[in-house]
Amino acid sequence: MFSYEFMRNAFAAGTIIAIICGIMGVFVIARNMSFLTHTLSEIGFSGAAFGIFAGWSPLSGMLLFTVVSSVIVGQLSVRAERREAATSAISALFIGLGILFLSLANKNASYATNILFGSVIGISTHDVYQMLVLSILVLLVVLVIYRFLKFDSFDHTGAQVKGLWTNALSVTFLVLLALSVSVAAQIVGSLLIFILLTLPAATAKYFAHSVGGMMGLAILLALAGVWSGLVLSYVTNYPVSFFIAAIEAVFYFLALGWQHFQTAAK
Amino acid sequence: MTTTQPILQLDHLGMTFPGHPVFNDLTLTVHQGDFWSIVGENGVGKTTLMRTILHQLRPTTGTVRYLPGVNAVKIGYVPQFRNIDPEYPLTIRDFIGLNLTGWKLPWLSRRERQRVTQILHETGLDRLATRPIGQASGGEKQKAYLAQALVEQPNLLILDESTASLDPVTKTELLDLVTTLNRDLQLTVLFVTHDIPLARKYSQHYLMLTPHGTEQGAIAELTDQKVWRGERV
Ligand SMILES: Nc1ncnc2c1ncn2[C@@H]1O[C@H](COP(=O)(O)OP(=O)(O)OP(=O)(O)O)[C@@H](O)[C@H]1O
Ligand SMILES: [Mg+2]
Repeated sequence: MFSYEFMRNAFAAGTIIAIICGIMGVFVIARNMSFLTHTLSEIGFSGAAFGIFAGWSPLSGMLLFTVVSSVIVGQLSVRAERREAATSAISALFIGLGILFLSLANKNASYATNILFGSVIGISTHDVYQMLVLSILVLLVVLVIYRFLKFDSFDHTGAQVKGLWTNALSVTFLVLLALSVSVAAQIVGSLLIFILLTLPAATAKYFAHSVGGMMGLAILLALAGVWSGLVLSYVTNYPVSFFIAAIEAVFYFLALGWQHFQTAAK
Repeated sequence: MTTTQPILQLDHLGMTFPGHPVFNDLTLTVHQGDFWSIVGENGVGKTTLMRTILHQLRPTTGTVRYLPGVNAVKIGYVPQFRNIDPEYPLTIRDFIGLNLTGWKLPWLSRRERQRVTQILHETGLDRLATRPIGQASGGEKQKAYLAQALVEQPNLLILDESTASLDPVTKTELLDLVTTLNRDLQLTVLFVTHDIPLARKYSQHYLMLTPHGTEQGAIAELTDQKVWRGERV
């Protein structure tokens, strides 16, 4: 399996994605942003389609769209309470645009499938380096603002009282999230990125009770899903995103069951 | 009373929600080391006043000024409500540690960990340090909020009915702790409460909000008659 370059690349990319999603996911869950993450991934789809249409790489289109829209959405959510409805409208618009760009670009359906559902074969060594650089950038920023981001995510009231720049933090986080979405979409596809950005962290919340612990566990769960997904996909030839989604969902429901059992036992 | 520095100055402060005046023309000087009780009936605007003081709400008229400068005053605030759901994952220890934002590394330094341990001890939370705060009882949560507010050694502490869900013994213990800090470290306290005997026991000054205006003075002047007039008219 590892004798193929594309498999080695896929594993490298998957590992990077799992780490970034585990770390960012903990904040996504703490900040209640699952829904927004979903929307960002749809915007990512649109961006990738635009990238193809414009003759760039899908990743560049994605980065452009997700980063710009995250800043806009950030402004929306800072002000309005109608965030969910506004976000739904935005995501509908972007999916539509994505479909339009794809048809304008005159690409066949398999292109769309790749963007939406991800692909293992498509990842070049160059892509891996690109993802690595972006991820390191995200992680560095997270490292610098870690304590503030942690405070604001896990105790917004406290952070506000402290006079932390919660609005600026919120926008910064959204931009980081946009970058993570674009990176993660390379393997799992834009339709399912939010899975890696939400489920492992949501699962970890039931077992770990410190931010570091949740991150560690979320990374492990994401890695388990991505690695076994890649192996199963290689063996069976079924899409990798199916396996990743299924595995992460199983972890999550097991955790829910365990939690239920725990509370019942008390 | 010694002549200590004023640290908070409210000048002709007024707050009106659309079509609904809350308080008006409130002028108040708070000196370092003061212990104020803020009393008044439900809905009269105590929480609104505290949030205005914290710059979370912008006053309609007047000003809130910290002296000598905004940054010199470190505020600890224990809000009346906080959304911590039962599935909230962090332990009490970690929740308290959130307020330590001084050091730049992701993990807490040894000094910071010791500080958290110390405040856990002072607030009587030693045994509960590793309990997820989502699962703690109402009073235990209140203690943890107080501990979080105190962990970075603020010089102004704002308590918004923070003792309401505490049993009598715990209430006394925590207010004794606050009083010790008030006396030894000149911690300034704004204590919002409905518990008049408690206010009498611990504070030096009172500020009473009523629908008709505000009144302030030394706590000894807060007679039962005033309380009843203020709250029941
Ligand atoms: N954001 C808001 N918009 C409009 N009205 C508000 C808002 N916040 C508070 N109010 C109103 O202002 C008044 C004062 O509310 P506040 O919470 O300050 O009362 P309180 O004195 O703290 O009462 P309690 O003793 O019940 O805590 C209430 O009538 C309340 O309905
Ligand atoms: Mg109140």
